[in-house]
Amino acid sequence: MSDTSSFRTIAIVGATSAIAHHCARLWLAAGTVDRLVLIGRDAARLPSVAADLQVRQPGTRIESIAGDMLRPDAIADTVRSVCAEGVPDLVLIAHGNLPDQPACESDLAAAQQALEVNGISPALWAEAFAGAQQAQGRGRIGIIGSVAGDRGRQSNYVYGAAKGLVERYAQGLQHRLAGTGVRVTLVKPGPTDTPMTAHLKAQGARLATPEDVAGAIVRGMARGTPVVYAPAKWALIMLVIRHLPRAVFHRMKI
Amino acid sequence: MVAVHSWGRLQAAEHTLHALADHPPTRLPLAEGQHGLAHGMGRSYGDVCLNPGGALWATRGLDRFIAWDESTGELTCEAGVLLRDIQRTFVPRGWMLPVTPGTQFATVGGAIANDVHGKNHHVHGSFGDHVTALQLLRTDGLRMHCGPGLRPDWFAATVGGLGLTGVVTQATLRLRRVAGPWLDTETLPYASLREFFALSDASEADWEYTVSWIDCLSGADARGIFMRGNHVPGPVASPPRTPGGGKRTVPFAPPFSLVNRLSLRPFNTAYYHLHAQRAGRRLQHYEPFFYPLDNLLEWNRIYGRRGFHQYQCAVPREGGEGAVAALLGEISASGQGSFLGVLKTFGQRTPPGLLSFPMPGVTLALDFPNLGESTLRLFERLDTVVAAAGGRLYPAKDARMPRALFESGYPRLPEFLPYRDPRIRSAMSLRLFGD
Repeated sequence: MSDTSSFRTIAIVGATSAIAHHCARLWLAAGTVDRLVLIGRDAARLPSVAADLQVRQPGTRIESIAGDMLRPDAIADTVRSVCAEGVPDLVLIAHGNLPDQPACESDLAAAQQALEVNGISPALWAEAFAGAQQAQGRGRIGIIGSVAGDRGRQSNYVYGAAKGLVERYAQGLQHRLAGTGVRVTLVKPGPTDTPMTAHLKAQGARLATPEDVAGAIVRGMARGTPVVYAPAKWALIMLVIRHLPRAVFHRMKI
Repeated sequence: MVAVHSWGRLQAAEHTLHALADHPPTRLPLAEGQHGLAHGMGRSYGDVCLNPGGALWATRGLDRFIAWDESTGELTCEAGVLLRDIQRTFVPRGWMLPVTPGTQFATVGGAIANDVHGKNHHVHGSFGDHVTALQLLRTDGLRMHCGPGLRPDWFAATVGGLGLTGVVTQATLRLRRVAGPWLDTETLPYASLREFFALSDASEADWEYTVSWIDCLSGADARGIFMRGNHVPGPVASPPRTPGGGKRTVPFAPPFSLVNRLSLRPFNTAYYHLHAQRAGRRLQHYEPFFYPLDNLLEWNRIYGRRGFHQYQCAVPREGGEGAVAALLGEISASGQGSFLGVLKTFGQRTPPGLLSFPMPGVTLALDFPNLGESTLRLFERLDTVVAAAGGRLYPAKDARMPRALFESGYPRLPEFLPYRDPRIRSAMSLRLFGD
């Protein structure tokens, strides 16, 4: 199970995300995907993604499912119906949004929403698919975390906390599934040029392209790599950040 | 505010960037009193894609295909789609863009706004000739469909309209069938302008693609390499190696131009002889034939920190040989220039846009390192030759043409003016239109 030709059925949760869309393009380009399931919150935004992918790969059957991304019963129902037609060989969990940190500090509801969307929800989706893949004895689950989850910092710690949750969850799932033929890949992108970071781009920040990040994800998941930093340089950057003594870190304005 | 420059790297002015990300966009974000402009890949050389101090609507997020009709070859896509992605998706399926400029790294919107042309102009015209419909978004929120048969006046204003009539958000293109990626090509050295024109005329009937590289320092005894090509009509038994994805990049701009008096003459001499030796017929993949420079990413950096100008003109065939000889004489005398001189004939076709650049005749394009005043003075001398011949300059390459030359070169300009969006402006429009 080390090359993409084995991924005949793929499910993407959060399919309208720029990174997920670029991953889908790469997977479809190989011409070996029979069925692609796009799952997202907004029924109005899925058709455009599906249309783009269908033009690129007329030979793949593309299904779109819009629905609640947070409630456990809704998640379980969706996963059940997807798996009824065949358990996906590969699942990518890519949904999320970048919350406004000051808003989270002044409004607990905003903080709760950010933690649910970016932390709890991805864990629930992974949990729902994990059982089905484990029963098959094979599969790939990719979960998009973030470098922000490596260490909480003042400018985005609510988001960072959610992604930290995702990391801890992924570790546990990897342990549970060790030796089963199901591999879990935790992806940690650095800041990437997508609609979610438009405000950073407008300030002139240098962001990775979604194409580059998608390439790293597709390669990492093909190999079943446990943790992928995208681009790779973030592994070194975050190693340093994680090991800065607290007294030093607290003086930094990041 | 973010510093943005175009391909010529002549200026890096500050802009307010807004990425268009709705599929489709329904409004153009603009602050009170501000003007804006669409910006794709920034492959134009001068200031057609810049709006210093104003807003830029970045279209790269509009990179989706929308629909494909295999029976008609019509592709509908968002305006931020790269020409490269169209080619890479469809050539393996037996379809290709009928017209493509010298780089694949341009967007569909940019190709329409500049009505770009390629090496097969005499057969297939320019990019706008293959656009069957487009959607335009104006700053007042108006969204309009237009095409050659629907609101043709808006279409003719927008094709080659330099982005000034509104933002193209999506377009429908008619692709053409191809048997594969291979071209049957022939390379022929020539040693005079007379020979060049004879080759062009002789190639017109039997060859779809024609272009030539010209040694800009050779003066009146213009020497160069003529290249022509046709699509291979069937399968190829043993194709040459497909070009690898290997790309090199110029990592930084040196403090001076690598193209200068010392490097140019020996390079041009070597280049001419190298290609003269390889003269003859061979099979080539379309990528290196159409896009010779795309494999050297950021090649514009070799001109150093001062950037470079491109001078591209078109002159009518009548008197064209004399005009080109005069231009080459001026350039050779100045010692300025680059090894990227291109000389090509245009076909007898009416262009689709009011401000389209191609005209029946011949076009000469050359890069010049920006040496400040001496470059601008040389260009003024070239302008005189072009104006006297009844020719014009290509706005997509231009950063300095005088308003008078623009007006004399584009007689349909008065018809274009009513279609301008009042809140869209570029550095070029300020320079050539006054606002």
